Amino acid sequence: MSGSRQLRTGIAFILAVMLLALAGPALAPHAPDALVGPTYGAPSSGAPLGYDYLGRDVWSRVLAGGQSIIWMSFSASLLALTIGALLGMAAAYARGRVDQVIVWITDVLMAFPDLILVLLVVSMLGREPWLIVLTVSVAFIPAVARLARGVTMGIVQQEYVEAAWMMGYPWHRILLRELLPNLATPLLVQLGIMLTWAIAMLSGLSFLGYGVAPPAADWGLMINENRAGLLVQPWAVLAPVLLIALFAIGTNLAAEGYGRSKARIDEKQG
Amino acid sequence: MTRLSAVADALPTGDAAPAWHFTLPGWLIWTGGRLLSGLTAILFISAVVFGATQILPSDPARVILGPDAPQASIDTMRHQLGLDRPVAEQYGVWIAKSLKGDLGRSLDSDVPVSQIVSGRLANSLTLMLIVLLVSVPLSFWAGIALALRRDRWIDRTAMSGLIFLKAVPNFIVGIGLIFLLATSVFRILPAVSLLEPGLPAIAQPRYLVLPVLTLILMSFPFLLRLVRAAAIETLEAEYVAAARLRGVPEKRIIWRHVIPNALVPAVQGIALMARILLGGVLIVEVVFSFPGIGTAMNAAIEMRDLPVVQAIALILALAVILINLAADIATVLLSPRLRTARKPRIRPGTRARIRQSAGL
Repeated sequence: MSGSRQLRTGIAFILAVMLLALAGPALAPHAPDALVGPTYGAPSSGAPLGYDYLGRDVWSRVLAGGQSIIWMSFSASLLALTIGALLGMAAAYARGRVDQVIVWITDVLMAFPDLILVLLVVSMLGREPWLIVLTVSVAFIPAVARLARGVTMGIVQQEYVEAAWMMGYPWHRILLRELLPNLATPLLVQLGIMLTWAIAMLSGLSFLGYGVAPPAADWGLMINENRAGLLVQPWAVLAPVLLIALFAIGTNLAAEGYGRSKARIDEKQG
Repeated sequence: MTRLSAVADALPTGDAAPAWHFTLPGWLIWTGGRLLSGLTAILFISAVVFGATQILPSDPARVILGPDAPQASIDTMRHQLGLDRPVAEQYGVWIAKSLKGDLGRSLDSDVPVSQIVSGRLANSLTLMLIVLLVSVPLSFWAGIALALRRDRWIDRTAMSGLIFLKAVPNFIVGIGLIFLLATSVFRILPAVSLLEPGLPAIAQPRYLVLPVLTLILMSFPFLLRLVRAAAIETLEAEYVAAARLRGVPEKRIIWRHVIPNALVPAVQGIALMARILLGGVLIVEVVFSFPGIGTAMNAAIEMRDLPVVQAIALILALAVILINLAADIATVLLSPRLRTARKPRIRPGTRARIRQSAGL
């Protein structure tokens, strides 16, 4: 697949999943927590995906259960992108002490396996969604900051930046107008990669039981709830599995495709 | 040059006092500095882990004695656990004990934490070691093979396939494998890794296959991409073209040029993979109920068993710091330019670039 085709396919996957998750609650035939059928009941005309371990309609729960992962993964990644880019650019631009401190902090943060950091916070402070979003973005910030710093380091000494500095432009104008445009491509690629990781981490968290609380519907949670019945009623597990996989593959394809089409390595290198 | 002039400087010049002096190689001094910064990171992380458990709303004394215990016995228990002492002192005591291998007692089962964790750690390490032993050679072989067949359909197909593999969350890969190999499609492997507690994990390979396979699938694409990219870079170099023109056989080009040049990125890639694996076992073990450090962590969080949570978080963070340290030292020793430099310095953004080239 060429880069731009990967990008288009990826965005199509993302949009499809988002459409299903956002319009879903309005289309669901049953309430997500209504007991409407037999435990692990097989698919029938009334319930295209069958029933789950309590006898709730799987199709309704699939439609209702996609919102949290979508808004949480997007907000965590965007937050990390903004803060990380600012930190990294500031480090490379200021150099000296500021740079050393920022590098040291990112080094220490990177030493924490992302998931451990999130698990620690969630287990200590609770499963509030905003708290999870905040912690996941903290776990992502170091990588963005180091990336932004590395790229900025390479361009901050170029003549046009020096010229802007000598013309007496304020530092924020130099950061935003001279440096940021150079960072756009690597940062957008990083955004896609972070989205993939955020999806993995957030769905993993709710699979482990630290996400959305049980009676509500959530894809990660559904996988855990129904995996004991995988043999009898695979659809209760496979439907959320496929949707999470589709969403994650979409974000990653978009990131790869965008990076490749920007680098113009398509025709030349593959 | 440097060495020669050092010798010249050191030659006796009449009545100068020290007739001979010895300079440490640059990389050794650098390693010392790197060790120091690793140590400060460990101290900081231990403070964070300890601090995190301090703000926990629940009181360990109450967890042990239950909600109905009278206040007097709660106070006695708090005194016994040292919870009535100042926070800084508690931290000092905790560090001193941890250094001696005493990680406290589990609040849930009143067994020493080290006893709970060590067995679990051995199981998880077995898992990760097998994964590394399989995926590192696999990544090298496949990465170089794909680089040699670049842009043919096999390369394109494999690279597209890898995007899928590395995107899909690890527990979903695990569930998919259970669906395929343990329950619905084929039923040839156990879905649950119920290890015999007395035997070492390695003696029960049947239960290792699925978790190992899951972890391999989630981690090897990153290393493979790094090796492939490095191999492509080398194969395009002019000295390789020259060697080919001289009639040097392809095998020799691969062993003498391609593999050595892929080693430096691969070392950082292996460290990256090890870090991914450390995070991966936390979830993948739960999928297969594999009795390792990940399931222990989850059980401890559920039980609010603080000492176990602290110990495992600390061990994992420590492992990451050691992995990074080892990778950086190996990078300096493997690259001649850094090894012989007076002040070796891994260029800024090296890790960031490696992450991106791995697709992470």
